[in-house]
Amino acid sequence: MNPETIVSFEKVNKWFGQFHVLRDIDLQVRKGERIVICGPSGSGKSTLIRCINRLEEHQQGRISVAGIELGEDLRAIDQVRKQVGMVFQQFNLFPHLTVLENLTLAPIQVSKLSVEAATERAMQQLERVRIAEQAHKYPLQLSGGQQQRVAIARALCLTPQVMLFDEPTSALDPEMIKEVLDVMVELAEQGITMLCVTHEMGFAKAVADRVIFMDQGQIVEQNTPQSFFDHPQHDRTKDFLAKIIGH
Amino acid sequence: MAVSLNHIAPRTPPVSHTSWRLWLRQNLFANRTSSVTTLTLLVLGLWLLPQLWSWAVWHAQFKPDADACQSIRGIGACWGVVSEKYRIIIFGRYPFAEQWRPLLACGLLVSLLVVSCMRAFWRIGLLWAWLAVWLAFFGLMGGRLFGVSLGLSPVPTDQWGGLPLTLMLSSLSIALAFPLAVLVALGRRSDLPAIKTICVTYVELVRGVPLISVLFMASFMFPLLMPAGTTPDVLLRVLVGITLFSAAYTAEIVRGGLQAIPRGQYEAAASLGLGYWKTQRIIILPQALAHVVPGIMNNFIAIFKDTSLVTIVSLYELSGALGLALNGDPLWRPFKIEGYLFITLIYFAFCFAMSRYSLWVEHRLQRSQAR
Repeated sequence: MNPETIVSFEKVNKWFGQFHVLRDIDLQVRKGERIVICGPSGSGKSTLIRCINRLEEHQQGRISVAGIELGEDLRAIDQVRKQVGMVFQQFNLFPHLTVLENLTLAPIQVSKLSVEAATERAMQQLERVRIAEQAHKYPLQLSGGQQQRVAIARALCLTPQVMLFDEPTSALDPEMIKEVLDVMVELAEQGITMLCVTHEMGFAKAVADRVIFMDQGQIVEQNTPQSFFDHPQHDRTKDFLAKIIGH
Repeated sequence: MAVSLNHIAPRTPPVSHTSWRLWLRQNLFANRTSSVTTLTLLVLGLWLLPQLWSWAVWHAQFKPDADACQSIRGIGACWGVVSEKYRIIIFGRYPFAEQWRPLLACGLLVSLLVVSCMRAFWRIGLLWAWLAVWLAFFGLMGGRLFGVSLGLSPVPTDQWGGLPLTLMLSSLSIALAFPLAVLVALGRRSDLPAIKTICVTYVELVRGVPLISVLFMASFMFPLLMPAGTTPDVLLRVLVGITLFSAAYTAEIVRGGLQAIPRGQYEAAASLGLGYWKTQRIIILPQALAHVVPGIMNNFIAIFKDTSLVTIVSLYELSGALGLALNGDPLWRPFKIEGYLFITLIYFAFCFAMSRYSLWVEHRLQRSQAR
């Protein structure tokens, strides 16, 4: 394996019951690479990135993250989760904890940081997503865009090597999408490895090193944004792009 | 050319001037049905309240004078029965001269219960205080602790009774049943088939049996299964019975709360690397339990009153002690209703306090979770 590779899928297959959701997935992600994954719903794109931090188990093939292979070994899973941050469509903040507590929880409980150190780190991350003044509010007192930025800060508090974004702007009002995308663009410019499932093609064009198109559990096509959008290779890709950009 | 927006400044809402007449019309006499209901209830109240007053206060006898009570039977209440018998009703068969001990024990227990309800005292010292109070409670009640005499005359557990027994059984079984219920509720949702089966079986078995038969079995069947001479104290057996019984019900309430937690919460916790127990303790349970505070408190109140069933195994807690006080005394036996009203008042005081406390907890939780 290339030492520059941080996430690797080799012939990965997964089924939900009888439904073959991931089919022979091969994917190598370089350190610092920014990947956007798109495709119709049910194409397996969310499942693909959820396999990276073992929210989903794959049944065949090999997945390794930062040199650690994911399997039944629970310790390996814990190790991988320390390296991988995740942002969800529905934010999934803990509503009974303040914003600050949401951020310091994992550093204190998982990384065994002192409360002071965790708080300092949390405030840094809140500054980074420009929401430090809300530290002592509860998540449900914030707008959707603010909540998602808190969720990004929370994931960053474990200083992960890889960030996963699972449709981070799909549950947001149009006016709030931009504030979240701005934070993500900044993050991308700082060189963290990113895998992002999204339909924000503007974001893909602006920051992605590679765009992956999935359909029916397969990686249909992958290319640089320019080639992907200007010269899609497959009819299925052309069809998809026509639908999402056409209106 | 852009059209400039005519900005409308915010104004205060109009003040409503509702006179009492308008209020009456809107709330009590809005239409024919409403008016008829209001008048019916008014007439009913005017007819019942004076009768109640006449029986409970006007014609009532407050002195412990059995002859005077006999002469007003059916006309006025005989509260004298309470002044005559309150020591037996409250302390049961506990030796009369030693009744300062259960009084002190109850005082300690109730004080600590009140203190424990206050947020300011939720610290580690409270656990030590509870240990000390339970040791003091059993030491005072029994006169001895772990077989060591405390210089008080020993009182065997079958002579304990009345309010101390009610308070002890209910608070201990609530305190023990709650953690057990949480474990069982988690177990029922476990991925491990063995644990899941055990928890499901336990809940379904216990829920299929009336508490009375659980108590009966704990008291009479259990000793038969033990080698001779090693039977644990009847109080302990009954306590275990009530605890296991109420834990099964509470577990189902907790499970209901767990089901209300979206899967995203588990996924977020997992993605942050939190393990099973930390996820449950820090993320899931605080939210799940907050959802089911009313149901849980409902169950606690039920446990408090269900302790009265231990009469079936000859333990005379509050309601049993009332029977003890009146059944054997032909002079006072006719005034059982007054006696029951008296213990009703005691039960109500405790249950009402619990229900108000539950409301307070709900408000606190809502404040921290502006939904």
